[in-house]
Amino acid sequence: MGLALAAACAAAAAGDPAPARRAELLHMVKQDCGSCHGLTMRGGLGPSLEPAALAEKDADALRFVILHGRPGTPMPPWSTFLSEAEARWIVQQLQKGLPR
Amino acid sequence: MRTFALAALLLGLGACATPQPRGTGDLGLVVERAAGRVMLIETTGRTALGRIEGLGDLSHAAAVFSRDGRYAYVFGRDGGLTKVDLLRAKIEKRVIQAGNSIGGAISQDGRIVAVANYKPGGIRLFDARTLEPLAEVPTGSKVVGIADAPGNRFVFSLFEAGEIWIVDAADPRRPLVKKIPGIGRQPYDGFVTPDGRHYIAGLFGEDGLALVDLWNPEAGARRILDGYGRGEAPLPVYKMPHLRGWAVAGRYIFLPAVGRREVLVLDSVTWTEAARIAVHGQPVFAVAQPGGRRVWVNFAFPENGVVQVIDVPQMKVVRELHPGRAVLHMEFTPRGEQAWISSRDDGAVVVYDGASFAELARLAAESPSGIFLTSRGAMTGF
Repeated sequence: MGLALAAACAAAAAGDPAPARRAELLHMVKQDCGSCHGLTMRGGLGPSLEPAALAEKDADALRFVILHGRPGTPMPPWSTFLSEAEARWIVQQLQKGLPR
Repeated sequence: MRTFALAALLLGLGACATPQPRGTGDLGLVVERAAGRVMLIETTGRTALGRIEGLGDLSHAAAVFSRDGRYAYVFGRDGGLTKVDLLRAKIEKRVIQAGNSIGGAISQDGRIVAVANYKPGGIRLFDARTLEPLAEVPTGSKVVGIADAPGNRFVFSLFEAGEIWIVDAADPRRPLVKKIPGIGRQPYDGFVTPDGRHYIAGLFGEDGLALVDLWNPEAGARRILDGYGRGEAPLPVYKMPHLRGWAVAGRYIFLPAVGRREVLVLDSVTWTEAARIAVHGQPVFAVAQPGGRRVWVNFAFPENGVVQVIDVPQMKVVRELHPGRAVLHMEFTPRGEQAWISSRDDGAVVVYDGASFAELARLAAESPSGIFLTSRGAMTGF
C-alpha cells in the first residue's frame, strides 16, 4: 500500500497527470479559474489566459504564479490543490489553447 | 417544443391554439453558463418552460428586468447585451457592446440599461427599448458593483483606481459624473441598499468597506468595518464574494468577510459591527430571506457544496443544506416561501421550501449559475 502510494506520487511528480485527473483539471481550469479569467479564458477580473496572451510568457513563471499566487492581486496560490507536474500540465494546455 | 408552445400561448401561432394571456410575476431565468443559454422557469409549478439559446459567453452572467416584468436584459462576459422576451421565450434583440463585461443595471424609470465593462473600462448606456447606444462613460479602470439608484443614477466602483463614481443619467445622452476618490484599495463589488439611500463597496485590498450616503454624496465615502480582520492574514480567496441589496435583513446588513470563514453583521443605524458569525467556509453570497428572519450563505471553492442558514435573532447557523456540488447562486421568490439554488457540478437547480427546508423540486440544467426572477424588476439596486 505504502509502496503503491509512493510509486503513484513519483509518477505524478515525473510526468503528466493521468487521464481521469486531466479531466478534473480541465474542469477546474474552465470553471474555477474561469470565475475570474472567463470560461473561455478571455479574461475578466483576471487577465486573459488565451494562447496569444501567454505566448511570450515563460512557462516556469506561469507555473510559479499558479502554485504560489500573485501577492497584491486577487490571484491566490493553488499549491494546496495542484502538484508541480499538474501546474506544468495546465500551463501547457493554456499555452496551446484549451479543448472546446 | 415547449418554447414553441409558450410562444404559441401568446401569439396564437399554433393552428388550433387560442392565445392565453399570462403574467410574468412568477417567471425567471437560470443561466446555463457553459452552454450560452438561459432556462426560462416559473415558480408556481416550479418547472422549466423552455430554453433560449445563443446568448454567447455567459461566464459571470447577470440579468436585470424591465419594469413591466416582460423582458430580461442579460449581460454576458463577451460584452453581449441580450434582451430576452420572457413571454415569447426568445431573443428580442442582441448587441455586442464591448470586449469584456461584468454586469449591468437598469434605471429607475426603466428606460436606460447601463452595462459595466472591464475592457475597455467604463460603462455604456443603452435605450432599454431598442438597445440603441446612448452614451459612454470611460473610466480607465475595471468597473465593478454597478447598481441603479433613485434619480436615474448609476453607482459603481473602480477596481484599480479605488474610486466610486455616481453617474446621473437624467439626460442619458449627456450623463453627468461625480467621482469619489480614495475609497480604499481594490473594491471588488458594491450594492445599493433596498431603500436606495446608501451605496456600499466591499474592498479586496484592505479589511473594510466604503459607504456613500446617496442623499449626500458631497460628504464622500466613509470607511466602515475598518480592520475587521484584526491583523490576521486572510486565507487565499478562490472566488470573489458578491454583494447586492439582498444583504439587508431589518436593520442588519450581512456581509461576506473576504478571506475569512465569517459573515460580518453591520448595524445600518450606527454603521458599526453588530456581530460576526463563524460559518462553513468563505462566504460568496449572504442572502437575506424576504422578511429578514434568516440569511442563507454559500461558499467559495473548495468548500462550495454546502449552504448554511443563519437565524437572525440568534445570529448563528441553524441549518445546513447540501443541494449538490459547486453551489453557485441562491434566489428567493419575492415573498420568501421558496429558495432556488444552483449546483453547477451536479447540473441541477434545487428548490427548497423556505420554512421547512424540504426539497420541493430538482430541475436538470447544464452548469447552472445565476438565477434571476422577474421580481428584481421592481426593486431598487437590482
